[in-house]
Amino acid sequence: MSLIVRGGRILDANTHTDSGRPADLRVADGLITHVVEPGRELPAADQELDASDCVVTSGFVDLHVHLREPGREESETIETGSRAAAKGGFTAVIAMPNTEPPHDSRIVVDFVREQGRRAGLCEVVPSGCITMDRAGERLAPFAELQAAGVHLFTDDGSGVQDAQLMRRALEYSRDLGVTLAQHCEVVSLTVGAVMHEGSCCSRLGLPGWPALAEELMVHRDIELCRLTGAGMHFLHLSTARSVELVRAAKADGLAITAEVAPHHFSLTDELLSGFDPVFKVNPPLRTPADIAALKEGLADGTIDAIATDHAPHAERLKEQPLDQAPPGMLGLETALGVSLTELVDTGLMTLRQVVAALSWNPARIARLADRHGRPVSVGEPANLTVFDPTARWEVDPSTLASRSRNTPYGGRVLRGRVRHTIYEGVAVVVDGEAIQ
Amino acid sequence: MKHVRSISEIGTEGVVRILRTARHMEAVNSRPVPKVPALVGRTVVSLFFEDSTRTRISFETAARRLSADTVNFSVSTSSLNKGESLRDTIETVSAMGAAVFVVRHRTSGVPWQISEWTDASIVNAGDGWHQHPTQALLDCYTVMARRGLDPSPECLAGLRIAIVGDSRHSRVARSCLEAFSGLGAEVVLVGPATLLPPDTTSWTVSTSTSLDDVLPEVDVVYMLRMQRERMNEALVPDLAEYSRRFGLDETRWSRTRPDTLLMHPGPMNRGVEMMFDPSSTTQSAIIDQVTHGISVRMAVLFELLASGDEVPS
Repeated sequence: MSLIVRGGRILDANTHTDSGRPADLRVADGLITHVVEPGRELPAADQELDASDCVVTSGFVDLHVHLREPGREESETIETGSRAAAKGGFTAVIAMPNTEPPHDSRIVVDFVREQGRRAGLCEVVPSGCITMDRAGERLAPFAELQAAGVHLFTDDGSGVQDAQLMRRALEYSRDLGVTLAQHCEVVSLTVGAVMHEGSCCSRLGLPGWPALAEELMVHRDIELCRLTGAGMHFLHLSTARSVELVRAAKADGLAITAEVAPHHFSLTDELLSGFDPVFKVNPPLRTPADIAALKEGLADGTIDAIATDHAPHAERLKEQPLDQAPPGMLGLETALGVSLTELVDTGLMTLRQVVAALSWNPARIARLADRHGRPVSVGEPANLTVFDPTARWEVDPSTLASRSRNTPYGGRVLRGRVRHTIYEGVAVVVDGEAIQ
Repeated sequence: MKHVRSISEIGTEGVVRILRTARHMEAVNSRPVPKVPALVGRTVVSLFFEDSTRTRISFETAARRLSADTVNFSVSTSSLNKGESLRDTIETVSAMGAAVFVVRHRTSGVPWQISEWTDASIVNAGDGWHQHPTQALLDCYTVMARRGLDPSPECLAGLRIAIVGDSRHSRVARSCLEAFSGLGAEVVLVGPATLLPPDTTSWTVSTSTSLDDVLPEVDVVYMLRMQRERMNEALVPDLAEYSRRFGLDETRWSRTRPDTLLMHPGPMNRGVEMMFDPSSTTQSAIIDQVTHGISVRMAVLFELLASGDEVPS
């Protein structure tokens, strides 16, 4: 299998200009075989892709997706989620462990990886649980799961509440070369919570999720890292104070990384005023001040990665009253458009900074940097994304590849769209459509 | 108007219109045969996912006095307990030809979700901690009637109203404060900080944690029902302590001005927020509230289904 990508501009970790350098490239048998000046002759290939007006970059890596399989295939399967990922330009996704059963045994993580391989649209990398059954009581077998290809451990869906247990997890895993990732939420402060605690929740009469519930755990875990010498990744930060805490911890030299979800830097709690459960998400949508701080954190490097927290839910589940409707929203297919619209069009960040937060930064955090987020050069694995940074498109929930429809961006016009995605040398998305 | 789901949705203009219509309805209710054919052939469905016999009876009485047909969909005997979704229920009952759904639900926002699935009008009879607009309308009506005021956009200007108790978890408080202040009154929420809304900046209200400070200065004391289950959430130490700080007894009541009105949405928790018999004072408007509830709910149904028509005699 070989293909040629013509007319694009290469933007990778080695590119230091924002516009990228014009080049054509050829891929064969999973590797980049040629990178040449535009229009130069290349050996014949099975397929030719047009990349004019497009940026060619290392594939995106999503640190945070819920693929729902095994257990809740009504909402998503690894195949449908992989297709959504590929359409969004992702060549690797980290599957969160809160499936049924959860990722606390080799048999489950092997199953997830195998289903990803069968779909063949992107690399599906299972995360592992920090605690057995995500119950927050006993540690999961880190080394055994690591041997099965797990590099990132989290109880996502919930945070590890017990400080002693979290300390032990950090100490035990410190020398294994894995990443521990925390969903920061002190649950005693969020009982029954539906949305951000503030003037909007007060007016709507909905139970509030205070910013403090996140910040307390961010602060606790920073101090546990200081104590144990271990590192930590913070999932889906949503508040201004969390950004400040992480900024200070990094300045102290701690091995902390952090991610933010596109919905947290583009949508506010006011959207709940219509009581549509599509806007219920955990952590919740917050205020314009939080959005400004999150964007600033991304721009100055305090936040390393953009991760979607893609959380599909079947329509019938999202049609329940707000207290029963599950939290979460789709993200894979809109991440690039939302990021470029909110961050680049506004002049806050360069295109290269945003691609870094979508590709090589998360690849490093996920410990996948041997095959994702690589330079676009000869001999490298061909995991590539080709996107048009200026294409405008309207989000139509009915055309999404995900099995669910719970996007908060229905009807919105975004700028920036994936044209082709190449995974292991195969064009899995061509002209915006995923192969079957 | 299409729906009456919150006070802000109908606005001050809608509030005034309903209050004016309610006067005509009060006239109907004072006749020997308090019934008019205004809504003959229209069906009003009560959908109470949470029990409230008094509110349901008040709506059904109002509907019948306008000659509407009433259907009571009781959740305990319905298929919602058999796995049917809220949406299925609404679409099914809607297909039977409901003109109005009167909805009570334990969760804020359900009346908005429901209105996506039916063409019928929605009257919110209480959603979670959010809104109970007909309660607020009947309370405005009661204050006006007691003070001899006519409905107008500023008719409560100059009045100071204390809403006392658990406003954090109260749809009555949220609706009343919006309705009272919309008509020009000054509202103060009184209660321990744990029972006040976490953030009141989106309203024009003040707050106080001392009932004794507030009592001598207000024209209306609106007592909220204190729910016993709040004890389990450590929001107040115990009911006795709550009563000592925020319960009304004769001594406290004697510190109010002679024309201060006493109101309560019912049912009263005697011995908790109400430590004396309110019927012992002519300042109590609590029974008026119940009576006016019929006229105001008739006005709401009339405005939804027959707005612009003459009130038939």
